[in-house]
Amino acid sequence: MAETSRGIGGLAFDASKRARPPELNVLIALIAIVAAFELLGRLLIGDSFLFNTRDNVDGIFNQQRLEIIILQVSIVGIIAIGVTQVIISGGIDLSSGSVVGATAMISMSFAQVALVNGQPNPKGVFLEQGWVDLPVIVPVLVGLACGLVAGLINGALVAYTKIPPFIATLGMMVTARGVARWWSKGQPISFPTESFAAIGKGLMPVVIFVTLAVLFMVILRYTRYGKYCYAIGSNEQAARISGINVEHHKILVYSIAGVLAAVAALVLSSKNLTAQAGMGVMYELDAIAMAVIGGTSLSGGRGSIVGTMLGALIFGVIISGFTFLRIDAYYQEMIKGVIIVAAVVLDVYRQRVRSRG
Amino acid sequence: MTEKIILRTEGLTKHYGGVKALEDADFELRDGEHVAIVGDNGAGKSTFVRQITGVESPTSGKIHFDGREVEFKSPLDSRDVGIETVFQNLALADDLDVPSNLFLGREKIYFNLGPFSFLNERLMHTRALEALKTTGVKIPDLKSKIRYMSGGQRQCVAISRAASFASKLIIMDEPTAALGVQETAQVENIIRTLKQRGIPLILISHNLRQVFDLVDRIWVFRRGRIVGVVDKDKTTGNEIVAMITGVKSGVGDEATFA
Repeated sequence: MAETSRGIGGLAFDASKRARPPELNVLIALIAIVAAFELLGRLLIGDSFLFNTRDNVDGIFNQQRLEIIILQVSIVGIIAIGVTQVIISGGIDLSSGSVVGATAMISMSFAQVALVNGQPNPKGVFLEQGWVDLPVIVPVLVGLACGLVAGLINGALVAYTKIPPFIATLGMMVTARGVARWWSKGQPISFPTESFAAIGKGLMPVVIFVTLAVLFMVILRYTRYGKYCYAIGSNEQAARISGINVEHHKILVYSIAGVLAAVAALVLSSKNLTAQAGMGVMYELDAIAMAVIGGTSLSGGRGSIVGTMLGALIFGVIISGFTFLRIDAYYQEMIKGVIIVAAVVLDVYRQRVRSRG
Repeated sequence: MTEKIILRTEGLTKHYGGVKALEDADFELRDGEHVAIVGDNGAGKSTFVRQITGVESPTSGKIHFDGREVEFKSPLDSRDVGIETVFQNLALADDLDVPSNLFLGREKIYFNLGPFSFLNERLMHTRALEALKTTGVKIPDLKSKIRYMSGGQRQCVAISRAASFASKLIIMDEPTAALGVQETAQVENIIRTLKQRGIPLILISHNLRQVFDLVDRIWVFRRGRIVGVVDKDKTTGNEIVAMITGVKSGVGDEATFA
């Protein structure tokens, strides 16, 4: 039927205009980057990036490298899951790195052992109160509560005072870092219980990251919450007129982001067996970068958790690749900056093409 | 035609600071009736619509809807009593597909888990197809984002949404202002089907040909006031233009620049 294949007004519908999903482009970019490192490795240092070249280990792929690639981005990846939702709904969260710091300090002080080598814990925060050797649920709940409070405040500021999310979360970024330093007067907090240390042991960060990513992938794609994230980020006024409680939704989104930052803090401090006030510095920017590289638009309305996971992988591959090629860490930072800007430029360009065509 | 009055305003007034955008508007709409609001730019048409849809709160005056006095605090309140509005800026979410836009804020769900309720996308898709069918709108691919659609298709989606949810009244603010000839015809057809279904309509339009084609009565606004209401059959285009510009109301001097 010729009639159904046409739009009204005589405008033919062009199926090719329905652009392929941006995640596919990110996946292609990821493969291209891996291929580039593979090629450069073979040419420059005569080694393979991806494949196993040692005789004393089994397997086709370089298992160890693959593990490191994903392990080193898992913790920031957990933050990026939350940040992606914030950005899709038209906001931004600059506070996650500092929330990681504050949460790590506070939760770790509830996770300490009483005795270290038979002596009282030298770093013990609540030794006098006797709050040591607590079950692991205590520091976990305390940590999640810290993240929730930070997220609630962020969300309430953005929703009700109408100040730009950039400013609201910048305030939280500075404040939470202050809390992290004030908590133990700058002293690191160490010696957690065995059960707390298990949270971030081995490949646990990867397991937690992937589990949370799948969970929120489903939530964003199939639930009302997800639909509202895209609707608000796409056209806040339309969402409001359509009956969505935009304020409540924003508070929920920032709260989820705060809790996810707290999860990252728990995993990180458990993995490192210590908490320091400077933990998580710049994590917020890495998380935003992962989302943006993964195709999430800073102007809201577009993006996905799949994209962010791919963005995180690109991040991990680049860091690993540079180390593999024995390129100085300083250059890594510079290149990272270039990649972030390039991803945003690409997004702006994509939008221009769309609005024109 | 039934003589039941569905919407009536008494002395509806809106001041923005010192600007008297709407003065003492007494308006009424009968059940099943289609009326047009015409007037020059700044005559108070859109201001009037913003008061009766709850986008803004009037400075003074009363609104009676469906037999009782109402006070709309937000567009939601007006929607809850059965008024649907097609705004000039359409109020669509560009990054969502057609069913999502049609059901925005009224999603069909499987069972209630609060914000985490799973959406019944299949049902919404089917209902969207039905809604578009009753309005005669053809959209080739419902799964396509609104962003990729033409102005006419977007407008039709917005109107279909209003038409499929409106139970008591539908208001359209310049629905064809940005459309081409064919698309305008399409929108006018939708309006005619609304007439057949007996849903009252307030149409704001600059297009007098369209107004004469579609509505029963014409309300003329000028400088924030209602200067007249006439039956379509008992007037002419020239008379309406005279009222819009103020020649008829005896203040012709003011209208010389119009």
